[in-house]
Amino acid sequence: MILEAQKAGVGTGKLEAWLPVLVLAIVGGTLPLWGDSFFGLVASRVYIYWVLVAGLNLVVGFAGQLAIGWVSLLTIGAYTASALALGRVTPEIPTFLALAAAGVLGAVFGLIAGLPALRLRTFYFAMTTLGLSTIVTQIALAWKTVTGGGVGIQGPAMPAPFDSSWGFYFFCLGLALFVTWMTCNISASRYGRSLVAIRDAEVAAESVGIYKPKLLVSVFLFSGALAGVAGGLFASLQSYITPDAFTFDLSVLFFIAILIGGRGSILGPMIGTAILTILPDFAAPLVQWSTFLYAVLLLAIVLLVPGGIADLLDFKNRRPLDKHREIRPRPELLGQILSEPRKSELRLKNIVLSFGGVRAVDGVDLDIHTGEVHGLIGPNGSGKTTTLNVISGYYRPQEGTVSQDGIDVTKEGAHTRAAHHIARTFQTPRLIGESSVLENVMIGGNIDASGTFVESLMALPRHWRDEAHLRENAITALTIVGLERLANVRADRLQHSELRFVEIARALMMKPSFLLLDEPAAGLSVDEIKRLGALITAISKQGTGVLLVEHHADLIFDICDRVTVLNLGKVLASGTPDEVRTHREVVNAYLGA
Amino acid sequence: MLVQSIVSNGLAVGAIYALIGITYNVMFSASRVFSFTAGSVGMLGGVFGAIFIGQMGMPVIIGFLLTLAVGAILGVVIEFVTVRPVLKSLDQHLYVLSTLAAALMIQQLTAIYFSTDAVPFPRVIPFETAFFDQKFWLPILACIATIVGLEYLFRHTLIGRAFLAIAEDNYAARALGLPETRLRIASYALAGVIGVLAGFSAGQLMFASLSNGPLYNFYGFVPVALGGMGSNRGAVVGGLALGLFQQVANYFFGGVFSSVAVFVVFIIALLARPEGLAGAATARRV
Repeated sequence: MILEAQKAGVGTGKLEAWLPVLVLAIVGGTLPLWGDSFFGLVASRVYIYWVLVAGLNLVVGFAGQLAIGWVSLLTIGAYTASALALGRVTPEIPTFLALAAAGVLGAVFGLIAGLPALRLRTFYFAMTTLGLSTIVTQIALAWKTVTGGGVGIQGPAMPAPFDSSWGFYFFCLGLALFVTWMTCNISASRYGRSLVAIRDAEVAAESVGIYKPKLLVSVFLFSGALAGVAGGLFASLQSYITPDAFTFDLSVLFFIAILIGGRGSILGPMIGTAILTILPDFAAPLVQWSTFLYAVLLLAIVLLVPGGIADLLDFKNRRPLDKHREIRPRPELLGQILSEPRKSELRLKNIVLSFGGVRAVDGVDLDIHTGEVHGLIGPNGSGKTTTLNVISGYYRPQEGTVSQDGIDVTKEGAHTRAAHHIARTFQTPRLIGESSVLENVMIGGNIDASGTFVESLMALPRHWRDEAHLRENAITALTIVGLERLANVRADRLQHSELRFVEIARALMMKPSFLLLDEPAAGLSVDEIKRLGALITAISKQGTGVLLVEHHADLIFDICDRVTVLNLGKVLASGTPDEVRTHREVVNAYLGA
Repeated sequence: MLVQSIVSNGLAVGAIYALIGITYNVMFSASRVFSFTAGSVGMLGGVFGAIFIGQMGMPVIIGFLLTLAVGAILGVVIEFVTVRPVLKSLDQHLYVLSTLAAALMIQQLTAIYFSTDAVPFPRVIPFETAFFDQKFWLPILACIATIVGLEYLFRHTLIGRAFLAIAEDNYAARALGLPETRLRIASYALAGVIGVLAGFSAGQLMFASLSNGPLYNFYGFVPVALGGMGSNRGAVVGGLALGLFQQVANYFFGGVFSSVAVFVVFIIALLARPEGLAGAATARRV
């Protein structure tokens, strides 16, 4: 069965993943055969811009951070390389070293430009990058000893054999290919998936152990370094730079190229960069109007084709899906994922949490053991989901402790829960609509992988091992919940009930000691609820403790080993299903006669 | 003399920032949208003033009213083109992109059809004052008039109360039967008027210049971001403080230092309190 799913096309994305490198190599490699030196010059500019945009793409297209002022990093790179190569700060430095220095300084400023994104919301962050770009220009104008002020300075001269225009062309092409290859590697790694996850499903990303600040710092460093190097090459291409060369229009070009190309794609933004760069060069009357055209394009993309070029090229996801699909879980395969049962205990003591004047949770005690299904029921507003959020670290209670095997985890953030093997699903499924079902599930294995960002960037062995391992586990997890046939389908094409099962598959990837399910049966058909019940029972038999928040009383009393009833933030009753079912106050408050 | 120059410049520039801040606020209150167009609309106030009065020779009052009308129309167009289509998916923050596109279009059209250089703005009031020139007191007067006007609107008129209701909770307001869409259009028109008023009153001090767009946009946003989005009091206090600080820093340390200082303070303050110095933290929704 698993083999079948693999054969059915899961994991044949290899060629697709390398397509951008291939396209660039073919077009760039043959261009000297069919184009003249003017073409070569324009193409060199495209490559240089693309080196920057490829890095920015990870920030904007993947992580969804609206960095609109990235021209500031190009400026910093250009002046660093030029000033060092001319010996205006230190003795003259060879051009390649100067370019490297531009990369280092670019990385530092990429981090500075990006830091606000760790705390600020979209528009605020966009504004800070904009502010930075105006300040960098002002400094370039004022710091005359280094930058030459308004008069400008010479760009770094490339050494032979890169000093001829075709030599420079091939140098830029080589760098562009290398950069494309690196970002393709990232895109196909857990880092690429995690970036998309913090863009589209931030809360879920935290629950699988993705720590946004750390991830973004790596990306800002990388993106800044590329922008710095691109700046150095830009200065070399221009041969003379003044602050006027770094207009805000360039920032707009970079930013819009990505959006036109499509978020989360590499080929799309590459085509976008080429089009926007070439357009004014080949239609002289357009030059004056170019920024206006970019703006019109941006508006059109936002309003009409939010997916950009990449969406137009995505033929695979236009094929209709089978209308009569059934979810057929195969719990018997659970042993392949939950192979090492751990004995563990999760204990909540006297949890109190109020929002304003409302005590949402008011002194709740709760013990959950591995190998048990523990039901948590109660009327709306009784504090069930809040309790779940306290356990998974989204809320920090004002009083009380959450501890696992005696270790207090109350104050640790939500992203630490994955390492404790505490997994969860959400009341409304939180998945990445634009990613495939398989990628969504692979996200869950984030803590299981060990390769670093740089290892993925360079496609070192550990990156491949991680990928193979995650892919195999994800296919198994999908087979267990009965959705392996949909592995390659975009998640936003699935039905609601299927999304619920995808979330369970993602949670299984964490090899959970404890699995918290928030109303998993809501919106499911009667048959599906039955299968869900069997799946949950099987998961607990494998040694996982399940905390089940649910309104379907039948399901609760069928499969739970113990049930706790909440009312108005307090524990009303706790015990076996039979004890609870006949408890007088429970009947009055919740179940009805 | 020096102190006087710093204070009058600072208060005047600060009043302009405050007005742009209020422009942000009015749009935000009605739609929960931050719009990049606030600065460009302000810039157009100066540009249309210079066109109507300076180039076409209209009487001041007619030119002024026409400029305000242009602002109102512009506000409605912005609402219709860049805000309404993306309101359905507010959580995707598409408005950042659509309003950025609109701001870029305004800037570019101004560059092509008006001028890329600063154009002088005509005298608005025919008489001269001895020591406090009209270029300083006009923005301050415009700011005071706007605050008083808004205060009257919100406290004493039914439509103003409806505005407040929408700003507070637009679902509840709609459930009560308030015409949310019409009120939103009206507030965008109002925001357009306040925006061009800022640019018009600032004309003699800042000229009719394309480069005022990004400038107003950033420095108008700083006080509202720090004072808390939607708070006009924050915008006014923050705007005036920012204007004075800039002039002092400008005089003692130079323009670059003052820009860097404002930027650094802005970032640090926001990182420390992302919801603004006066705003309240909102609970996250899981």
